[in-house]
Amino acid sequence: MSIKKYIHSPSKLNRRTFLKAAGITSSAALFSACVSKEAREAFLKKDFRSLSKDEIGVVIKRLEAQYTQKYGKSFSVSAKEPIPNTFFGYGLDISRCIGCRKCVYACVDENNQSRDPQIHYIKVLEMEKETGIDFIHADMYYDHEEVPYDGHFYLPVACQQCKNPPCVKSCPVGATWTEPDGIVVVDYDWCIGCRTCMAACPYGARQFNWGKPHLPAEDANPDTHFLGNRPRSKGVVEKCTFCIQRVREGRYPACVEVCPVGARKFGNLLDETSEIRYILENKRVIILKEELNTQPKFYYFYGT
Amino acid sequence: MKKLGLAVLLFSFLLLTGYQAVASNRILQQTAGKEQVDIQVPPPPLSEDIYPCTMCHADMEVNLERRELVDFHEDIVLKHDEENRWCMDCHDANNRDFLHSASGQLISFEESYKLCGQCHGPKLRDWKVGIHGKRTGSWNGQKQYLLCVHCHDPHSPKFPKMKPEPAPQKPGKIK
Repeated sequence: MSIKKYIHSPSKLNRRTFLKAAGITSSAALFSACVSKEAREAFLKKDFRSLSKDEIGVVIKRLEAQYTQKYGKSFSVSAKEPIPNTFFGYGLDISRCIGCRKCVYACVDENNQSRDPQIHYIKVLEMEKETGIDFIHADMYYDHEEVPYDGHFYLPVACQQCKNPPCVKSCPVGATWTEPDGIVVVDYDWCIGCRTCMAACPYGARQFNWGKPHLPAEDANPDTHFLGNRPRSKGVVEKCTFCIQRVREGRYPACVEVCPVGARKFGNLLDETSEIRYILENKRVIILKEELNTQPKFYYFYGT
Repeated sequence: MKKLGLAVLLFSFLLLTGYQAVASNRILQQTAGKEQVDIQVPPPPLSEDIYPCTMCHADMEVNLERRELVDFHEDIVLKHDEENRWCMDCHDANNRDFLHSASGQLISFEESYKLCGQCHGPKLRDWKVGIHGKRTGSWNGQKQYLLCVHCHDPHSPKFPKMKPEPAPQKPGKIK
């Protein structure tokens, strides 16, 4: 029997297939022996949209236990579905905003962002009144004794919740999508951290956890949503979700509640009696980078 | 007087514990949509040692002369079209616990937005539909309004400047 014939015989066990089989068997044995049941479940979990209601229940129970243990207080993780016939829109009165950044930190407190490395969803851009909206010369690091600073106005920018979101289209694994109520969300368990969505977003709205997120236990907000403010891990992308954990309960987003000048408005675009509809129908409204056809649901307006 | 003190205490307690607890306040009609919605307005932020005005003014003689106040209320700085106006243009001289409109009609402090709206019509219109001013509560249910005077000092309505929260870290500093 020639050596050639031996190699090409498919029925015989060769060195390569033997090693493959041995490798798979031993790592499977190792995986089931050394890794806890929870970790195994977490590793084998499907993406959020493929989970059945029962499976979601199991996942949520596991997460609640995990967070409760980690932060030493009782966490709730909701998977509340959208309220029927809602499509959220947001209004921001540019003529009112004074650049106090209270929204930035109310958002951090509500949404459990990492304090160090620092992650902010809202960037308040300071611009000159003389030039108008000008992103290139805008300053988000202004540090005045008092605001509003003479001759300047402020444009807070966070996720614009686009109807035609380039971030969603760019995600190679389907870890981010638009919910029926119009909120663009991220499945932190499915995100592979490739940051393609960040490159695709023309508003700089998405933030990446470069380091292990540091969230002090006393600052953690235990009322969370699976697609919103539940604690994140290193290597995932996150963004504003209109405070999904609040708005699906009928509450206003945290930034709306904290704004000291009432510049922030929020409501249901499908409800013709809502404040947001009144703004769209009666005020001068702009959307950012309209030419890109991203179709934001975040509307800037002039209240005066 | 004891009863009054108790009432004032209760009033300020309600003010502190949130507007939802206050059920007896003025009702507005919202005109934004086709439906008419009842809206509750919180009580005005009157300080208990000042209001009711008749506590002091009941026994005082009315002096309509425009003058600099020295004995009391000297802390009030009028920066609200001060060249053309004075106390008695808004406060009623004969019914001290009331304001009055330009036509002389009495306006209670709870409805002070009617007084403001005489000059600031478009603002009043926007406030009624929830565009001007701040609302809390729920976007699809009961909302809480604030009166003009909760945010603006009626004697000096321009918003005072404030210290901003700290600037974000520059990316270079993030480890």
